[in-house]
Amino acid sequence: MKEEGIELIKDGKRLDGRGFDELRPIKIEVGVLKRADGSCYFEMGDNKVIAAVYGPREMHPRHAQDAKMAVLKYRYNMAPFSVEDRKRPGPDRRSVEISKISREALEPVILKEYYPKTEIDVYVEILQSDAGTRTAGINAASVALADAGIPMRDLVSSVAVGKIDGEVVLDLNAVEDNNGEADMPIAMIVRRNVITSLQMDGRMTKDEFKKGLKLAMNACRQIYELQRTALIERYSEM
Amino acid sequence: MGLEIMDDVKRDYVYNLVRGGMREDGRGLLDYREIKLETGVIKKAEGSARVKIGNTEVIVGVKLGLGEPFPDTPDKGVIITNAELVPLASPEFEPGPPNEDSVQLARVVDRGIRGSEAIDLGELCIEEGEKVWIVFIDIHVLDNDGNLVDAATLGAVASLLNTRIPNERYGLTGKDTLDIQERPVAVTMVEIGGEILVDPSYNEENAAASGLTVIFNEDGTISGMQKYWSGSIGEEEIMKMVEIGAERAEELRREFQDQIKTGG
Repeated sequence: MKEEGIELIKDGKRLDGRGFDELRPIKIEVGVLKRADGSCYFEMGDNKVIAAVYGPREMHPRHAQDAKMAVLKYRYNMAPFSVEDRKRPGPDRRSVEISKISREALEPVILKEYYPKTEIDVYVEILQSDAGTRTAGINAASVALADAGIPMRDLVSSVAVGKIDGEVVLDLNAVEDNNGEADMPIAMIVRRNVITSLQMDGRMTKDEFKKGLKLAMNACRQIYELQRTALIERYSEM
Repeated sequence: MGLEIMDDVKRDYVYNLVRGGMREDGRGLLDYREIKLETGVIKKAEGSARVKIGNTEVIVGVKLGLGEPFPDTPDKGVIITNAELVPLASPEFEPGPPNEDSVQLARVVDRGIRGSEAIDLGELCIEEGEKVWIVFIDIHVLDNDGNLVDAATLGAVASLLNTRIPNERYGLTGKDTLDIQERPVAVTMVEIGGEILVDPSYNEENAAASGLTVIFNEDGTISGMQKYWSGSIGEEEIMKMVEIGAERAEELRREFQDQIKTGG
């Protein structure tokens, strides 16, 4: 897939000037939507995503209810204008898979047993996409769930690592992703040091994988602090 | 609803067995079930294979058609992988459009084929920007006793190996086999009660909080991973799974090569 002659690393720096282990700038705003029970706007480089949480609310259809706990639903959706070539509206196979793994990434922290027979809806809209949107979505959703007052064991933090020009690097942007050799998004519960989501695409050796996982886990720790700070700031204003 | 109660009972049963280092079918925790591979089973398909892993049974068919390339890869063929979890294969499969489980199955298998560059897509270009071969890999699950991803990956690679390009049907000439550059092998593992199990059965998948597929190439590099379900996995556990997976992948590859050679 690599464009002829494109060099992603020059003099030990990436095209956007970042080092191998550097995140793109992150901006987090909490409680940005009026109607939603919880919401979060999240920027990671040129990614702009917004997450909203509704619920816990009565689940319909009733036969889908769980008598013991709430049902978590997650919808990842890309705006048609969020990418270079217009994205046809509506779910496709990619977004179905991302919705599934994102939901599973968040489920371990949510105390679903507090709200039997209800549903908790998480809606994530990708407004502008520049690689790593699923991880930005999980980060936003995690903060939005906390903003909605859903009882949680912890936040979930997420980031991708990948391989470009033979080097394992953190948080690929779209140019790097399109011309890179591998991409590996993860999600993590930072204070428990466990992984709740892991995917890999492309080609890596076992050692590169191990190095990448460590790099990603460290970056999740940084993102966790930003998420935490954003929530604290929001609620100390009030 | 009776099924759900039985599932709870079986979950407990499997969990207790694993805590004692055992499995319901008597295997060791890291043992793979017996695999059986048969190729060229569907005459109407360009390539096909029937794979059994224990009781799990999957049939994969490859069809080729002509179409337009993607605008960003005008000189490359296209792979489309699809999976159907038909209701004949399991009491919990329902008829209807693909659900998230079948989408995930297809996409993980696809990731292995694509990531490893198993097919030389450049060879599938007929007219740049206009006409290329589209390779449809269709996974049809017949009996779900767990670990569909590994079975479907073996089936997909075996089908591609015996695929004949239908040149005459479209009035074309050219070579009639696909250029298969890599044979990716998937190894799926689950964690139950702190123990890692290779090649989970249906009941073991239900008893597990989390699982992981790792797809290996011939040189030991990894060309796809996917973590499953809403449990979490520790860093050490993941590293361990990758090591165990690499060993099992080599065994599985040898078995696969043997069965392919003997005509399957």
